Amino acid sequence: MTNIQALESRFQAKVDDEVKIEPKDWMPEKYRKTLIRQISQHAHSEIVGMLPEGNWITRAPSLRRKLGLLAKVQDEAGHGLYLYSAAETLGVERADLIEQLHNGTAKYSSIFNYPTTSWADIGSIGWLVDGAAIMNQVPLCRCSYGPYARAMVRVCKEESFHQRQGFEILLTLSKGTEAQKEMLQESVNRWWWPAMMMFGPNDADSPHTAQSMKWKIKRFTNDELRQKFVDVSVEQAKILNITLPDPDIKWNEERGHYDYGVIDWEEFWNVVKGNGPCNHERIQTRVKAHEEGAWVRAAAMAHAEKRSQRNSKKEQVA
Amino acid sequence: MKNQNWPLWEIFIRSKQGLNHKHVGSLHAADEKMAIENARDVYTRRSEGVSIWVVESKHITASDPSEGEALYEPANDKVYRHPTFYDLPDELKHM
Repeated sequence: MTNIQALESRFQAKVDDEVKIEPKDWMPEKYRKTLIRQISQHAHSEIVGMLPEGNWITRAPSLRRKLGLLAKVQDEAGHGLYLYSAAETLGVERADLIEQLHNGTAKYSSIFNYPTTSWADIGSIGWLVDGAAIMNQVPLCRCSYGPYARAMVRVCKEESFHQRQGFEILLTLSKGTEAQKEMLQESVNRWWWPAMMMFGPNDADSPHTAQSMKWKIKRFTNDELRQKFVDVSVEQAKILNITLPDPDIKWNEERGHYDYGVIDWEEFWNVVKGNGPCNHERIQTRVKAHEEGAWVRAAAMAHAEKRSQRNSKKEQVA
Repeated sequence: MKNQNWPLWEIFIRSKQGLNHKHVGSLHAADEKMAIENARDVYTRRSEGVSIWVVESKHITASDPSEGEALYEPANDKVYRHPTFYDLPDELKHM
């Protein structure tokens, strides 16, 4: 056995025994690369995810809703920061990760390339998008890589507030006027399928799943998680008195799960490739914010340097 | 200026009086004052702390995991350092 093979088998034995991998431990290069890609994509999703919701902060229908939404969007920024810092423990620089987002080499969740055209969308995002995200994220709290798992524990605690505030928005609309009920149904019609796509391609078309599961980065397959999401959402939709836009949803006694229709993968890949309704706008907004903040970053650094020079001079005098 | 990071800081939070500061993650900031302000916003949005320590990451020296055996193995055969090593009768109370 070569040295690398020995290290790899020791690494896999640790993973099999549920021993967490920490930043300075030996790990296969592919494990490191997979994690950097996944954690940074996850971080980018949190950051870009602020944009569709930020769209409604100034137009929230009441102060209560505005406070909730502001707190939620601030949480998304926080989640991005926990995740960037977890990615950095793998030996990448924050600035490089952000550059990859801006120049399009890094991806983020396609869901954020859809527009928020009504207030009900803020509710739908909380219920369906955060709901799907929670399905994905809860198992990541047990991910084999320690810093990622710890970041996800914090994220998941906070996501629960996000989903509940979203559902409450929809519940209020469901008890409102006819126009409000229509707004609710129309919004769910638009968000249901993109939320279903958040779990990624079907298992048969997801070539990296097996390796990620062996490394315990992933604990469930895409289709397993998607099924869980359908099963809970169908029941929750009843409380909102709405229909989900999938005529094939039907209880399957034999499987003990709800059956559901076929996802439009052409749409999915089209949005992934950059042709969704808001891909261009989202990245432009991020780049603009980053460029317009450059002087602030430079000024803060210059100030810090000046202050530390002044302090060291004072020390010399003393 | 492009691609230049602010320094990285490790953040430690005391969750309540009587407990020790515990590492929670890291963040970037221009100086220690900003690091504390950012840590407040990033890591204590829900009253998770009453005290924050920030240490610039480059000042942390860590042990090498590959030297783990040499560092920790000597403790493994010193069972006599644990109270259960000592055989005492059951009727002995309050010990």
